Amino acid sequence: MASAVHHVDTPPRPKPEDLLLDIRNLKIEARVYPPGETPRDVTIVDGVSLTLARGKVLGLIGESGAGKSTIGLSAMAYGRGGVRITGGEVILNGRDILKTGKDGVRKLRGAEVCYVAQSAAAAFNPAHRLMDQVVEAAILHGSATRAEAEQRAKHLFRKLSLPNPDTIGDRYPHQVSGGQLQRVMTAMALCSEPDLIVFDEPTTALDVTTQIDVLAAIKDAIRDTGVAALYITHDLAVVAQVSDEIMVLRHGKLVEWGGTRQIIKEPRQEYTNALVSVHHIEHEEHAPTANPILSARNITAAYGGGPIKVLKNVSVDIFPGQTLAVVGESGSGKSTLARAITGLLPPEQGSITFAGRTLSNALKDRSRDDLRELQMIYQMADVAMNPRQTVGTIIGRPLEFYFGIKGRERDQRVAELLDKIEMGKGFVDRYPAELSGGQKQRVCIARALAAKPKLIICDEVTSALDPLVAHGILELLLGLQKDENVAYLFITHDLATVKSIADSIAVMYRGEVVRYGPKSRVLTPPFDAYTDLLLSSVPEMEIGWLEKAIKGRRMESAGN
Amino acid sequence: MRLIAQRVAMGILLLFAVSALIFAGTQILPGDVAASILGQSATPQSLANLREELGLNDPAYIRYFRWLGGILTGDLGTALTTRQDIATTLGPRLWNTLFLAFWTAVVAIPLAILLGLLAVRYRNGPIDKTISGFALASTSLPEFFIGYLLIFFFAVKMQWFPSISTVYDGMPFLEKLRAIVLPGTALLLVVLAHMMRMTRAAILNVMQSAYVETAELKGLSQLAIIRKHAFPNAIAPIVNVVMLNLAFLVVGVVVVEVIFVYPGMGQYLVDHVAKRDVPVVQAVGLIFAAVYISLNIVADIASILANPRLRHPR
Repeated sequence: MASAVHHVDTPPRPKPEDLLLDIRNLKIEARVYPPGETPRDVTIVDGVSLTLARGKVLGLIGESGAGKSTIGLSAMAYGRGGVRITGGEVILNGRDILKTGKDGVRKLRGAEVCYVAQSAAAAFNPAHRLMDQVVEAAILHGSATRAEAEQRAKHLFRKLSLPNPDTIGDRYPHQVSGGQLQRVMTAMALCSEPDLIVFDEPTTALDVTTQIDVLAAIKDAIRDTGVAALYITHDLAVVAQVSDEIMVLRHGKLVEWGGTRQIIKEPRQEYTNALVSVHHIEHEEHAPTANPILSARNITAAYGGGPIKVLKNVSVDIFPGQTLAVVGESGSGKSTLARAITGLLPPEQGSITFAGRTLSNALKDRSRDDLRELQMIYQMADVAMNPRQTVGTIIGRPLEFYFGIKGRERDQRVAELLDKIEMGKGFVDRYPAELSGGQKQRVCIARALAAKPKLIICDEVTSALDPLVAHGILELLLGLQKDENVAYLFITHDLATVKSIADSIAVMYRGEVVRYGPKSRVLTPPFDAYTDLLLSSVPEMEIGWLEKAIKGRRMESAGN
Repeated sequence: MRLIAQRVAMGILLLFAVSALIFAGTQILPGDVAASILGQSATPQSLANLREELGLNDPAYIRYFRWLGGILTGDLGTALTTRQDIATTLGPRLWNTLFLAFWTAVVAIPLAILLGLLAVRYRNGPIDKTISGFALASTSLPEFFIGYLLIFFFAVKMQWFPSISTVYDGMPFLEKLRAIVLPGTALLLVVLAHMMRMTRAAILNVMQSAYVETAELKGLSQLAIIRKHAFPNAIAPIVNVVMLNLAFLVVGVVVVEVIFVYPGMGQYLVDHVAKRDVPVVQAVGLIFAAVYISLNIVADIASILANPRLRHPR
């Protein structure tokens, strides 16, 4: 790859009368507080320049830490946390907003530039009605009277196809669903009739089936109002649907910037190419064997013995050394199935057979070998580890607990395990806080492996990771499976991940398994309505995919 | 609604439990009421007679229910030492204590919340540091020390206010207010710091929220953000600490009342503890408990009402 100051082909500059945003040589720094060291300043964004014409959409893409959100917020002269803009110019509507002072900045925020956050659920004030929050900025900046602003908001609610557009504003944030809230937030941004909206991962926290509707609503609203947008995301397939141009960032520097078609079809930089082609692991499916390692039969479960069953009559088999992927949207019961199998939520009915013996439903009645042979890895690796223990202690603990291995032998085993997860024994004395997200997840994998399990339950283990890092974790898991002959129950909402790792698939919807079988059969038409919706909602890196997918749907998604 | 009813029912139940505890506690105390009334010269015969008359020979549970039944009908019993009806003696004193507490609260609560808001607005700046430093100093000083300082400067040196806060029936209202300025100030300094610091902490906690960032990105001013977006979400913890301090104003005044010779409940309690007058101690204890529990119920109800999720279910 080219050096720090490499030449990048940039799209032609917009005509002066069309130019809305002109960021020149932006430099942003932040003070970091590494554990046990003195605070120091790090550069988050280094010499990035961009231009945006009126009514156009520029996608900013990159892994976490690429500086994309930071650049987006600089268009509002805002630095989150301890972040400071230390150099460059941000010229909006012909003036440098970094030099307008506090009052000048306040006048432009919520008027000329508006913001749509990743989690609308957190970004709305729980104490106020939606309407009061949607019209707040428009009234504050005097762009409308209250009556006009409410009229405008209702019009926008309708445009964003929210249900009951005339009354939804009377509701409180907790009274509407996540997908709806994200659209209300878009309406809130549009209500001030700004020149620019910064969308900061607006669909990342949503289920795929909900994401597609929100994405379509945002796209229509951008087109109809003629607002310009910076669209920040880590998902290239998503950004390809809404952007005119895409800018790829890495470590706070520009990698590549071009038209959407060029970036996804003819990437010029190696890194962009890696991003475009990340999801493809060829995984040959194994056929079921005679004896499953784990067999769940007619599992029915409810929380607190309540009348609402979160699992209804679920039956699945997992075969030795193979992977069963459980897919579904949030609330479908896939994590609950894991809790039932581990005994954390004892099922009301049904039985679980594991390695030839029947597991007792309740956790406290299970033997130590039952516990040892069934391990679990979680989505949030950093909260699944004790932050005050070193990597060596974390991985060594199951060795002591299950096998009584101590001293040199234990250290020896820990070193072997670290080798297996491709990290090396230099990490023995590190604390979790000193590791990257992918390394933390690797340590959790090593901890699970240390128990010599027959089955590992992986609950969304790659969901919090960047695509390239997640890719590495999946390859590691597949390699370990081959070496150790361990079976996986792989819970995920990401169908691309499923395709790369599964031997068989169970599709869950509202507590039931709606489709189950070997991967090849589950992913071959004809589909049931829900599986069809799920599959057709996965964004594809194809311009025009969104419109095609919406048109071809047979079933409305549940999040609406 | 059901939640609120639950809280109230719990409070009443708690009050009964406290009454049993108070009764049991006074039974465990060493010493004999009859002996302390009659003194050392008492003959065994006169002691026995007095015990019979006071009903001290009945089993404890009968005495408890007799006492409880009296309270429920408004009869707090008779003071052993003075032979006066407790309810009639206590009435005006309770009124005086509430008078002092009320006017202290009227000044303290808005002032504490305002200072808390200012500290957040100018956080980590000189204004915040000054407010916090002053608050810390006033909490660290015990109230009797503050009381004597106030008397020394404002009563003895400047002679602005009386050093003894006498109030009596028929005293003109403004005179009364003048009389309680010094004890009120002493109490104010004790409760102000706690309330102010908790207000600051509660609002600062909310200021980390994503919706505060949303407000900032709408171009709202700092003060508008704190007032409109942070404060409504910090109400529950603030109300809690305010109620705790209100309870202190009623229950914790004992020392301050004694210093300023203020004719309130605290002084009355201290007098009768010294004389081992069990019915008075029980009655005052129960009133303090009732104040404490009911203010806590108010705090609970306020938190329920402040939570939009409970007010507006899905």
